[in-house]
Amino acid sequence: MQSITLGHYLPGDSFLHNLDPRIKLLCLLVLIVTLFLVRTFWGFMFFGVFIILIFSASKLPWRYFLRGLRPVFFIIFFTLILHFLFTDGGRVYLRLGPLTVEEAGVFMGTFMTLRLVLLVITTLLITLTTSPISFADGIEYILRPFRRLGIPGHEIAMMMTIALRFIPTLMEESDKIRKAQMARGADFETGNIFRRARNLVPLLVPLFVSAFRRADELAIAMEARCYRGGENRTKMRELHTRPRDYLGLSVSLGMMLAILFSGV
Amino acid sequence: MSNILELKNVSFDYFLNGETALRALDDISLTIKKGEYIALIGSNGSGKSTLARLLNAILVPTSGEVWVDGLLTSREEHRWEIRRRVGMVFQNPDNQIVATTVEEDVAFGLENLGIDSSQISRRVTEALERVGLSSFRHHAPHLLSGGQKQRLAIAGIIAMRPRCLVLDEPTAMLDPRGRREVLDTIQRMNRQEGVTVVHITHFMEETLEADRIVTMDRGKIVQNGKPEEIFNGETDLYQLGLEIPVLLRLNRILRSEGLDIPANILNLNDLVNILC
Repeated sequence: MQSITLGHYLPGDSFLHNLDPRIKLLCLLVLIVTLFLVRTFWGFMFFGVFIILIFSASKLPWRYFLRGLRPVFFIIFFTLILHFLFTDGGRVYLRLGPLTVEEAGVFMGTFMTLRLVLLVITTLLITLTTSPISFADGIEYILRPFRRLGIPGHEIAMMMTIALRFIPTLMEESDKIRKAQMARGADFETGNIFRRARNLVPLLVPLFVSAFRRADELAIAMEARCYRGGENRTKMRELHTRPRDYLGLSVSLGMMLAILFSGV
Repeated sequence: MSNILELKNVSFDYFLNGETALRALDDISLTIKKGEYIALIGSNGSGKSTLARLLNAILVPTSGEVWVDGLLTSREEHRWEIRRRVGMVFQNPDNQIVATTVEEDVAFGLENLGIDSSQISRRVTEALERVGLSSFRHHAPHLLSGGQKQRLAIAGIIAMRPRCLVLDEPTAMLDPRGRREVLDTIQRMNRQEGVTVVHITHFMEETLEADRIVTMDRGKIVQNGKPEEIFNGETDLYQLGLEIPVLLRLNRILRSEGLDIPANILNLNDLVNILC
């Protein structure tokens, strides 16, 4: 109950762990763009090797490398199948009644699958090495220029922080309510999925009521401590870019340019 | 000594659908001097919490004036300075901690004030030392005990260097040990740092350490005096829904049995010394 990890953050001490979160987010953006610039399988191979090198440099356990793919497995699988069956063109490899697997479909399917897989692994590489709090900090800084457009960067970061702060508290509370309701004869364990969902009502209602009460009290406590939004607010831990941050950003940009101009 | 808090004929109404639903405070006047330790007692619904919230401009009186250190709470431009000078600690320790680590939470108020980052960490270190939580600096708040959480809340306030500390039943949700920790911290702030304290409480034992006790009932102040005056006075505390501390009850019984004991003993050790 107390070892809740969000975004699968794995604490560590590596080049990637120590990068400024703002730079890391920018790198991620650059690398995602790069992935969409890739035109050939050679490009993916090049990118894949690059990611594997970075992954090993960040001293993360290898079992995490593909673990991140699990939740998106079905999306990837369907992409592959749909392309195989419905993209037409070139030689026909296989006939299944009215459906055919054709050359262009196999090509596109594999291509898209590789792109998705690399996308997920690249993102995972960043989330595994960035604590949620510095993530929030980074997002706040990066969104700052967009304030004028009405994008509330500070508020988003504050919401993330408060959510992180209250997740353990609410988990504990839901556990308590569950036990209290079970003592009154509530049943959370039997029946089909619909029945179980309905049985969750006596758990969710008190939990929500309490969450709203907490939110109210927290808001008053925050105002009592002079909180008035992000303006003129300072930070205890200011973010500073160091040479290695520029190195990280240059490598990502280099990667993008290399793929863009080599045409792979 | 000058007054830090001054309430002049303050009334406060809670509104519901535009109509007065409840008169929580009724024509209250009260002055509190710099450096005083005030215990505010009263049964549920007597208006103590409402009074507390008037002291740092979370609420503004329906009529009357609340002055804090020469600033008026109903003036918008004074509001933030008032909140810096009067820190508030609430009952539920969980619902006033904002950040995910102890040090970040202490820094929260300072960040709001726009203080320099180097100065923030210095003040955080200092505040954590003063409440005895230095070794928990990088802990997650949900792993602390109730008493520690409440001391963390106090640290977050005193880092802002307030002149006055208002505590709204800070010990109500704590076990005896946590309660002791918090009370010691409050007392230290008052005695050593000269911070004015307004301590709202349900526990009569906690009021004995105060310089002055203010008793409230149904939105009015009914008593205002030194602890020994309050507990030996004429007004029946039971009728106000309050109890007399065990120590004083014992003292009273012993005296009515004919023992020669002074009436104004507020300390267990003193009583023991006189009896033995």
